[in-house]
Amino acid sequence: MKALVWHGTTDIRCDSVPDPQIEHPRDAIIKVTSCAICGSDLHLYDHFMPGMKSGDIMGHETMGEVVEVGAESKGKLKVGDRVVIPFTIICGECEQCKRGNFSVCERTNRNGHIAAKAFGHTTAGLFGYTHLTGGYAGGQAEYLRVPFADATHIKVPSTLSDEQLLFLSDIFPTGWQAAVQCDIEPTDTVAIWGAGPVGQMAIRSAILLGAKQVIAIDRVPERLDMARAGGAITINFDEESVIERLNELTNGKGPEKCIDSVGMEAHAAGTVDAMYDRVKQATMMETDRPHVLREMAYVCRPAGTLSVPGVYGGLLDKIPFGAIMNKGLTIRTGQTHVNRWTDDLLRRIEEGQIDPSFVITHTVGLEEGPDMYKIFRDKQDGCIKVVLKP
Amino acid sequence: MRYETERTRRRGHADTATDTLARGLGIFSIALGIAEVVAPRALARALGMKGQEGLIAGYGVREIATGIGILASKDPTPWIWGRVAGDGLDLATLATALEGRNPKKGNVGIAMAAVAGVTALDVYCAQTLSRESPTPLPPMQDYSDRTGYPGGIEQSHGAAKDFEVPRDFRAPEAMRPYTQPQAPQRPTPSM
Repeated sequence: MKALVWHGTTDIRCDSVPDPQIEHPRDAIIKVTSCAICGSDLHLYDHFMPGMKSGDIMGHETMGEVVEVGAESKGKLKVGDRVVIPFTIICGECEQCKRGNFSVCERTNRNGHIAAKAFGHTTAGLFGYTHLTGGYAGGQAEYLRVPFADATHIKVPSTLSDEQLLFLSDIFPTGWQAAVQCDIEPTDTVAIWGAGPVGQMAIRSAILLGAKQVIAIDRVPERLDMARAGGAITINFDEESVIERLNELTNGKGPEKCIDSVGMEAHAAGTVDAMYDRVKQATMMETDRPHVLREMAYVCRPAGTLSVPGVYGGLLDKIPFGAIMNKGLTIRTGQTHVNRWTDDLLRRIEEGQIDPSFVITHTVGLEEGPDMYKIFRDKQDGCIKVVLKP
Repeated sequence: MRYETERTRRRGHADTATDTLARGLGIFSIALGIAEVVAPRALARALGMKGQEGLIAGYGVREIATGIGILASKDPTPWIWGRVAGDGLDLATLATALEGRNPKKGNVGIAMAAVAGVTALDVYCAQTLSRESPTPLPPMQDYSDRTGYPGGIEQSHGAAKDFEVPRDFRAPEAMRPYTQPQAPQRPTPSM
């Protein structure tokens, strides 16, 4: 089959690889009908996340049709079922899964001992996202083996299109969880750093949850345009001061809720801390560039909440914990517990409250995937979200 | 640094590879400058330029300033050209160390070759950046109709108010507004 394969920094190719096989009775194989490139795939593309090996298949936003089912999954899945595959692989049986904390499933990361060394404890296995999270083959391919398939799937109806459903795999529940972590009140201003795909979903989620005011911060005109279409006030951080503008929009009090949908590769040319991060990262003395976290901690209203869906990988420097502690800020973070939200979100799509397909800007074949990685990374051609059709 | 903002759109196309090179040169400039400021005596000794420590430290300050300019500016082009001029100055200064009976002429030769290599990179980067400027960007995509709300934003605003935030996702009780029914109604403490 064809698949997008990681070979090294900024080197992703569309290769021919062996078809996946059932390896365990809980597995299933799906024929991929649509998959997408996620912003967090770019951390792998640029090789900021450790633990990739040449030959790894990329992708964790995938949907398709079940073509083969292992013996132990047959009660839950059958050939022909249409499914969206959550990016987190879940067993559905461990203590964390039973609590709904699916992204920290205790069983599905087959390299859990490595994750435990890095993070203290294991986290869930993920599709196509380094050997720290299991080294599972990803879904930017013609076929995907789904481990623990009896739990790791979302059945979807045939009445909706792939484009409406695909993002249940990651970015829609991720944006939603980011907003839910804010526990939004009708009087709240929610400021969202980063108007990429997750930021766009967070904007819409905050609107759905009834925030009084939503503010989006980015510098790419098309992303700001799309953010405004979703109901956000926008700040171009290249052209105005984020701190001043946020204070102006909140009568000097700062936003109650702040969402970081940027993560480890923040761009903030011209600020002292951004230059500091660049130099430290270039000299291997810091893994992540946490400009957004610093800015959020500084501008957030006392007793407010910082919600962090953006991906961070390692060690962060100069975090103003004095501001966080003295202002009594609450920090909520985490990979997304996808299956915890998807029943509710699927209902909202069916009821027409939201149509996540708005975010798609490019739809191409798998062969064009490597080029699209570069276009997406460089934010060229108005690229916000790429869907691949194997 | 040069993504497609309104400002960069006016000045030209953003070529991220050249941008990355410019950033690399900025970081190199700062690192070299720090070395020159921190250890001018050692450098002067290695190059047989004793008595020129002040000049070397001064060049270090210049390097640091240029590096900061490259990393901090929205358009690094003039700063990279500044580096080219600085390279010329460095080569001229090193050339003076080739005169007379300098026992470290070998080191000076190596240093000049290194500076010449970096100069070539600086010139390439500056020329590429300068060439880009007049190239217009393609027209901006219009996403103003990409609302995501099939029934319109008015209908969707607050449509999920029926959603009950799970207990483990709720803000700590002490952080919730006092006006809420479930929050403890306490009198404002007097000081």
